[in-house]
Amino acid sequence: MLTLSILLFPILAALLVLAVGGKQAKQIAFLGALVELGLSGYAFFSFVPDATSQFAFDYPWIAAGSIRFSAGIDGVSLLLVVLTGLLTPLIILSAFRHTYERPAVFYALILFMQAALMGVFTARDAFLFYLYFEAALIPIYFLAASWGGENRIAVTFKFFVYTIFGSLFMLVALVYLYFKTSTTAGLHSSAITDLYNLTLSATEQTWIFWAFFIAFAIKMPVFPFHTWQPDTYVESPTPATMLLAGIMLKMGVYGVIRLLLPIVPEGVDMWGTTAIVLSVIGIVYGAIIAIRQRDIKRLIAYSSFSHVGLMAAGVFSQTSYGIQGALVQMLAHGINVVGMFFVADIIASRTNTRLLDQMGGITRYTPKLTVYFMILLLGSVALPLTNGFVGEFLLLAGVFEYNNILGAIAGLTIIFGAVYMLRLFQKAMFGKTTDVTTGFKDVSGSESWVFIPLCIMVFWIGLVPNSFLKLTEPAVANLLQFIK
Amino acid sequence: MLSIILLSVFGIVLLYLGFLKSRAVLLPATLFFILLTLGAGFLEWNKSYLYFGDMLLVSNTAILFTGIVLVSAFMVVSLSGDFLDDEAAQPAEYYAILLFSIVGAIMMIAYENLIMLFVGVEILSVSMYVLTGSDKKNLRSNEAALKYFLMGAFATGIMLFGIALLYGAAGSFTLTDIKGYIALSQGRPSLLLYMGVLLILIGMLFKVSAAPFHFWTPDVYEGAPTLFTAFMSTVVKTAGFAALLQLLSVAFGAIYGFWWITLAAITGLTLLVGNLTAAYQDSFKRMMAYSSISHAGYLLIGLAALGPQSKQALVFYSLAYSVATIAAFGILLVVAKQRVTDGRPDDTYSAFNGLSRQNPLLAFILAVSMLSLAGIPLTAGFWGKFMVFSAAIDKGMVWILVLAVLMSAVGIYYYFRVVIAMYFREGSSTYIQVAPFYRFVLIAATAITIILGLVPGLFQNLM
Repeated sequence: MLTLSILLFPILAALLVLAVGGKQAKQIAFLGALVELGLSGYAFFSFVPDATSQFAFDYPWIAAGSIRFSAGIDGVSLLLVVLTGLLTPLIILSAFRHTYERPAVFYALILFMQAALMGVFTARDAFLFYLYFEAALIPIYFLAASWGGENRIAVTFKFFVYTIFGSLFMLVALVYLYFKTSTTAGLHSSAITDLYNLTLSATEQTWIFWAFFIAFAIKMPVFPFHTWQPDTYVESPTPATMLLAGIMLKMGVYGVIRLLLPIVPEGVDMWGTTAIVLSVIGIVYGAIIAIRQRDIKRLIAYSSFSHVGLMAAGVFSQTSYGIQGALVQMLAHGINVVGMFFVADIIASRTNTRLLDQMGGITRYTPKLTVYFMILLLGSVALPLTNGFVGEFLLLAGVFEYNNILGAIAGLTIIFGAVYMLRLFQKAMFGKTTDVTTGFKDVSGSESWVFIPLCIMVFWIGLVPNSFLKLTEPAVANLLQFIK
Repeated sequence: MLSIILLSVFGIVLLYLGFLKSRAVLLPATLFFILLTLGAGFLEWNKSYLYFGDMLLVSNTAILFTGIVLVSAFMVVSLSGDFLDDEAAQPAEYYAILLFSIVGAIMMIAYENLIMLFVGVEILSVSMYVLTGSDKKNLRSNEAALKYFLMGAFATGIMLFGIALLYGAAGSFTLTDIKGYIALSQGRPSLLLYMGVLLILIGMLFKVSAAPFHFWTPDVYEGAPTLFTAFMSTVVKTAGFAALLQLLSVAFGAIYGFWWITLAAITGLTLLVGNLTAAYQDSFKRMMAYSSISHAGYLLIGLAALGPQSKQALVFYSLAYSVATIAAFGILLVVAKQRVTDGRPDDTYSAFNGLSRQNPLLAFILAVSMLSLAGIPLTAGFWGKFMVFSAAIDKGMVWILVLAVLMSAVGIYYYFRVVIAMYFREGSSTYIQVAPFYRFVLIAATAITIILGLVPGLFQNLM
């Protein structure tokens, strides 16, 4: 029942927001998201660390019940459910500082988005997963295209068509797999665990691997499927960017762990190296472009592209380190990137520019912002004792175990990450004050309330990673059995 | 086959009602007649029997297809309120012709004898030629009618030739006899039969506007009054596919190996032509014409991969496609009227600019229709595509499927241009008024799309 409430509550909250509307919209949305955070927090604390799917429910749905409305939380889902539950109220809170046109629709869309994301992370039926995977696109598309920047229409359109195009291949693969499952009374099964047990020929493994890979690679994105990403991040309103970078790109990584690896293990054996090479290219390429950026939002967008490359590489290494690392890093990266985009939003809206060359010396006026920014930045560059370190270390260990050379190249991410992040910090915060940064106002109370939970999480994951790792470990071990 | 008799009688009654001074009675009368026929049709549910000297076959499939046709017709007629105000229009004749054309459609759906198929096709086609040209003072309407008539007559001729050849081979017009003949011939039927199959297919594929027999479609759809375009793109298509399904599954099921490659090639071509050309259109109406070609392609997948799932897939797909298309044309009717240049309503994409502010409800309805046509999950259109794709996978037709998937992505491109225009582009800010009943029908169409999208099982259980 818990999972069902997690799935349905945001929808109810969104409808309530739409019904009440007007000025109260944002407060109601925030309260709704807080309740949802409570629900996912309850799941987190009462989760029993084993490989089973917990708080599950299962109802017959379509085709005489062979496609089921069934969802639950296991070790792989848990951290992402927590991430979605945690970030949504913070994203809503961070939007309080702007006044958006038609606020009811705006906040309702964020909540619809949350419902879809929760669905993706908890679905136990392959078609349910697919439906949520697609459904998540609609609210984010409308958020980005209605409230975004100047060039939003063309950019978000590309994003939308591109990502749907990818997931259509996944649909074909899923339908194919569905018909491969054994029949009971003339009906097939689309439960994800039933798909794990299929025996597939080498050709089938290959093409299903690519069908899944393209769908998830576009979503993450992995080089060379990333061209939609920087523009979309930059043109979207900040809350939408946060949803995209903080949670939505994890749908891709999660999809690989949940579907691709266990269903086509031999496909991964054959093509995994290609996937890792592409991911590693993305790491280096994204980082180098990030170093050259002048626009802070664009810089963070490319940094996100670089980071997700490492997660993809770790996952495709098919090692326990890699997958565990990816799960923790998804949580950590979500927290860091949302924080970074919030910093960028604060700076951009107070200085009316996003260009680094026009900034400088902000730190003189803003002791609090400097501290928050520094903490999040250290998390992003994977300094030991912060959240980024745990994830990236495990991921690199995983890639190293798979292949030393690729591991070494992927390791550049830590150096490059430090370069572009510290450059960002230095250019914006230190140096001489400029016209636009003079008299910069420090963070206000409500803005602090976004930063404080994020900073706590940075240290919590960094200092006691085991409180997260022990929850995911049995599920990952179970998953690896299907892979090996 | 109560429906055929009822509709014919009602059509004649309507012609006489046209003598009344008050035109207001015509619309409710027609709607009432259609509802009555729909109800009468379902009286024969689960009673499978041959009728009228083995000419027609009453079956549940036929009743379902008839239901879709009648529901489409009901919606189209409900959106026709404007005729009553238009001095030049002759609503009684229009409604009567519509009812007669449905008679033709039902014959195409429920035929057992190829003569009935031919008569049905002719009744439906001739009605359509007339309705296409009903905007008498409009040059394009006249051009469309003439074009449609010349090419349609030619196609029917080819089909008739095919039927004659079949008769030459099998010595009978009924589907079961032809099936029996093929079974007796032990895999070596006469060459006449093969020729006949191909020629009949060509004739029918013309009617459902599959490539390369589609060239009439955009001009006719654009020239015809929008309401009749809506009727044409739904009723004719549904009836055409029901007829093809009947023909291929009953009579020619045994020579699947012969015709499936032809059909698969045509399917691929139709998908390519329909979707790629639709992406280049500036007129919404022409885009919908090419979109109807592309949907013919998706429906053809269900036929080319003929199997136990095809019937269900085609019925579901036709319903999903019909309600979404009618809703879309219904909104075009309202929106295009806002800006009339040279006596022609504006049917380009830009007519929809800013519709989300002019009337949020209409924008939402059109958005849902576009999502459904594009096959986005949680709409009926998605499950339609899903079932068709399932049928293809069951037959192992992966290449057609990959093409269909690529083309679906192209489809998203042109359907979303409408959504973008409505929600993200600036337009005039005058509120668009819609009559309550008109609004109700559009809402009903949207409700069908969404409900079938959430619980497709509701409808599946009927089959």
